[in-house]
Amino acid sequence: MIQAHEGFVRGICTRFCGTSFFTVGDDKTVKQWKMDGPSFGEEEEPLHTILGKTVYTGIDHHWKEAVFATCGQQVDIWDEQRSSPICSMTWGFDSISSVKFNPVETFLLGSCASDRNIVLYDMRQATPLKKVILDMRTNTICWNPMEAFIFTAANEDYNLYTFDMRALDTPVMVHMDHVSAVLDVDYSPTGKDFVSASFDKSIRIFPVDKSRSREVYHTKRMQHVICVKWTSDSKYIMCGSDEMNIRLWKANASEKLGVLTSREKAATDYNQRLKEKFQHHPHIKRISRHRHLPKSIYSQIQEQRVMKEARRRKELNRIKHSKPGSVQRVSEKKKRVVAVVK
Amino acid sequence: MSSSRAAESLLALNQQEELEDLPREYPLSTSEDEGDSDGERKHQKLLEAISSLDGKNRRKLAERSEASLKVSEFNASSEGSGEKLVLSDLLEPVKTSSSLAAVKKQLNRVKSKKTVELPLHREEIERIHREVAFNKTSQVLSKWDPVVQKNRQAEQLVFPLSKQQSVFAPIEHVVSGWKARTPLEQEIFNLLHKNKQPVTDPLLTPMEKASLKAMSLEEVKMRRAELQRARALQSYYAARARREKKIKSKKYHKLLKKGKAKQALKEFEKLRKVNPAAALEELEKLEKARMMERMSLKHQNSGKWAKSKAIMAKYDLEARQAMQEQLARNKELMQKIQVASESAEEEGVAEEEGEPFVPDMVNEVQVKASGPNPWMFRNHSSDTKEAEVQGDPEELAEPAAQEAPESEEEGPVVAEEILLKEFEERRSLRQKSGLKQITKPVGSQETKDPSSQGVLSELRALSQKLNRENHQSRKQELSSTRTVLAVQREEPAGEEEEPLLLQRPERARTLDELEELGKEGCFQNKELPRAAVEGQQWERNPSNHLSVPKEKKRKEQMIDLQNLLTTKSPSMKSLAVPTTEELEDEEERDQRQMIKEAFAGDDVIRDFLKEKREAVEASKPKDVDLTLPGWGEWGGVGLKPSAKKRHRFLIKAPEGPPRKDGNLPNVILSEKRNIRAAAHQVRMLPYPFTHHQQFERTIQTPIGSTWNTQRAFQKLTMPKVVTKPGHIIKPIKAEDVGYRSSSRSDLSVVQRNPKRLSIRHKKQLKKNSVD
Repeated sequence: MIQAHEGFVRGICTRFCGTSFFTVGDDKTVKQWKMDGPSFGEEEEPLHTILGKTVYTGIDHHWKEAVFATCGQQVDIWDEQRSSPICSMTWGFDSISSVKFNPVETFLLGSCASDRNIVLYDMRQATPLKKVILDMRTNTICWNPMEAFIFTAANEDYNLYTFDMRALDTPVMVHMDHVSAVLDVDYSPTGKDFVSASFDKSIRIFPVDKSRSREVYHTKRMQHVICVKWTSDSKYIMCGSDEMNIRLWKANASEKLGVLTSREKAATDYNQRLKEKFQHHPHIKRISRHRHLPKSIYSQIQEQRVMKEARRRKELNRIKHSKPGSVQRVSEKKKRVVAVVK
Repeated sequence: MSSSRAAESLLALNQQEELEDLPREYPLSTSEDEGDSDGERKHQKLLEAISSLDGKNRRKLAERSEASLKVSEFNASSEGSGEKLVLSDLLEPVKTSSSLAAVKKQLNRVKSKKTVELPLHREEIERIHREVAFNKTSQVLSKWDPVVQKNRQAEQLVFPLSKQQSVFAPIEHVVSGWKARTPLEQEIFNLLHKNKQPVTDPLLTPMEKASLKAMSLEEVKMRRAELQRARALQSYYAARARREKKIKSKKYHKLLKKGKAKQALKEFEKLRKVNPAAALEELEKLEKARMMERMSLKHQNSGKWAKSKAIMAKYDLEARQAMQEQLARNKELMQKIQVASESAEEEGVAEEEGEPFVPDMVNEVQVKASGPNPWMFRNHSSDTKEAEVQGDPEELAEPAAQEAPESEEEGPVVAEEILLKEFEERRSLRQKSGLKQITKPVGSQETKDPSSQGVLSELRALSQKLNRENHQSRKQELSSTRTVLAVQREEPAGEEEEPLLLQRPERARTLDELEELGKEGCFQNKELPRAAVEGQQWERNPSNHLSVPKEKKRKEQMIDLQNLLTTKSPSMKSLAVPTTEELEDEEERDQRQMIKEAFAGDDVIRDFLKEKREAVEASKPKDVDLTLPGWGEWGGVGLKPSAKKRHRFLIKAPEGPPRKDGNLPNVILSEKRNIRAAAHQVRMLPYPFTHHQQFERTIQTPIGSTWNTQRAFQKLTMPKVVTKPGHIIKPIKAEDVGYRSSSRSDLSVVQRNPKRLSIRHKKQLKKNSVD
């Protein structure tokens, strides 16, 4: 047990090489730590400590260079060798809750602030690029590691929004299945799926191009899930929750671990393919979709379904009883985007 | 020059203006002494005089300043009053260009310059910056579009995308980085060092090294060469053996065998001289061979080859010889070997003793036979008998009949021989008939007693058929037809047989075919087919009387079948184009209904009942017939699988559930939709498909290895994303997909444009410090 910061530790990130990691805390400091434990008879001490002027709420490291970004009142870009930021960018005056570097075009950053907006920055030109304001606050975002311009935002309104950063006015996909605020999101390294952690004590795995989740993980003892990460070999998912546990899940629950013989592999591939082929058949669909859910989530889903249906009905009625053309239907995607600020 | 002049004049003007202004406000100036107007006028005049010397310029100046002159007529200042005479003006040569033109130009220039606009609002500037930056960034990002598109549509993606070259690091390098730190580790290392176990570098103990070095280089080389030679020799011999084995020539093999036998004999002789014991052993071997021979039927003319030779033996001297040779070999092998002189006596005794056991018949046979084969001898005897019999054609049938049962008892070989004999007889008969031209009586005679002859002939025909291979028999038949045809032309007597022959279904062949086949058959012995023909004729004749009506019936049947087929075909055709007919039917029905409605509506009930009956029939489950015609029995046109078989493979459909409209006479309730099946069926067309046929096709195509080749199966079941456990998948890089990544690092770019940054940064910092 090491006393790293005074007060809360707000953010942690590893260096791209994996030899050290950075932490930020409420004590306005940024500390760099060695990844390896202290050698025998040594004391654990940070490699560097930077004293800042404001509280930092989040940190992320550049994917290729010795640069990291912190967020708080503004987004600061730091050189590891210097004790002052090389550049700081701001847009508006609200606290920024998280900042993330783009893994592909590494000079791009995305941040989300508590005034419901997502802001994109360009580190090279040292300027913000665009801001999108959503209905509710976004907790964090994550960039797709295989598609440079795609990122997903975990929102307080129980949904996740996948955006193409070149066209922010309409999200590419709205992912909805959670029944409470989504707190964290992380992409699989293959860029085909992402995992989201929610306040509803469950984590869900969504395919990027589907609006419904393909998997939900929950246990009796797991409380509100604060953070979630996908491992780099894309086989496991880790999540940290309120009851102070880290859990390791398989990314594909039915996958067999360990060495497979070629026949075994062929058989699993064939079975997978058969499931895919007959996925539209009612019974197959039912089996493949069926998941056991805790009662709280299950009842919440039912409740929200009723609410949604009522809203839909009301909208239809409004259209029906008003002058044709006077009330327009707004698609579910566009409904959530309040404005895009240039 | 001009510019300097212009500047000077401008300066002068300015001064003049000052001079003008000053007196107005401060009339008592110390600088100007001549304040009175008289002095000024004088000065004016002087100036005028001077200006007259200069050309139009002065006049212009005067013009320009006219306005002011008018205004200030009483003022001291007058036109061109400010003009000071400069020495340089006087000195300079007279010029056409005026200094004022330059001034004018400059004035114009000054006028054209507009005032600088008010700088934009800071936020506006930032907005513009942002927009520009955003456009730039989205342009940079758009290069990823094709890559992303490709990856999304890819059949299979294998991660990690860039294949890492596995680096081979010797274990020493890996280990060297690690040192023992904890006491436990150090203790272990101490133990290892004590035993001289190499920890890092060589990995081999000195002992092991020594053992490795034990074999010298020369030795290894020699050994290798030896092995190489042995291998080469082996392969050479193997190749030779293979080549020799491939040689098909019988003569060669015969010679080879003989050579080997000779060699063996020689060796045996040698052995006898050198090593009698070994020779004895050899002898024993021979004895064993004899025993084997006695046991086996190898050389007793009973094999396949021998049988085939037996057929040919009549006509082929070589075949006969070959058979005899075989028998001779048998005898040779069976012979007891005379060993030494002592045993020879005993042998002789034994022979003497053995003689009485041998039956007399054998001896007789041996006496008579030219070769050692008793069977062959018998053949000959029968041949001779035949030759005797040949003389009398009338008595031919009876001896044959008597012989036949005997022959059948004796076995197939004998039966063949008998058949051959019969052929021979026929031939002789034919020859006779050819000479005497009395075929008719022969036929009549043969048909005289069909009761006994018929059975016999059938038996013979059967055996004949068994003997012959299919194609051969066909050829013979063909040739026979040919001959018959030829005979027809020659002999009117043969006309009786003609219609029958032509009636047979096998005869229904085109003449061309016949000719072709005839050509093929040309090389055959002409005599044999003839004989065959005779046999067939003979065989057919008895059946002529008995089975003519039968055959006719069969023929009729066949015709009937064909008729049926032909009559069926139009209906089949009608099935193939059902829609139009149905439409026509419907139209007809409609019309009829119209007529009925027009005239009287009395038949409606009956129609409905009929319709209902049809519906009930259609909804009943059908039996499934799984019989495979031709499976386990003869198949072909007009042949039906047996009733037993049909009964066995017919799966009776279970009685369906009772119809819901069974008790409702006036209703038809369609039960086409199977609720139980519907629960398993796809109700809506799934998303990517645009037509139900597409979807059906995808469901119909099987993907299992049972229905596909291994390759296709693998391709069909290929997983979309392949990842390896424990392999880090890095985010996609520009280099991975063939793009050139930017050479400058982000950090260097940030540090290069610090100007704008620094200002903003400073502001930020200030703000922060204030906070």
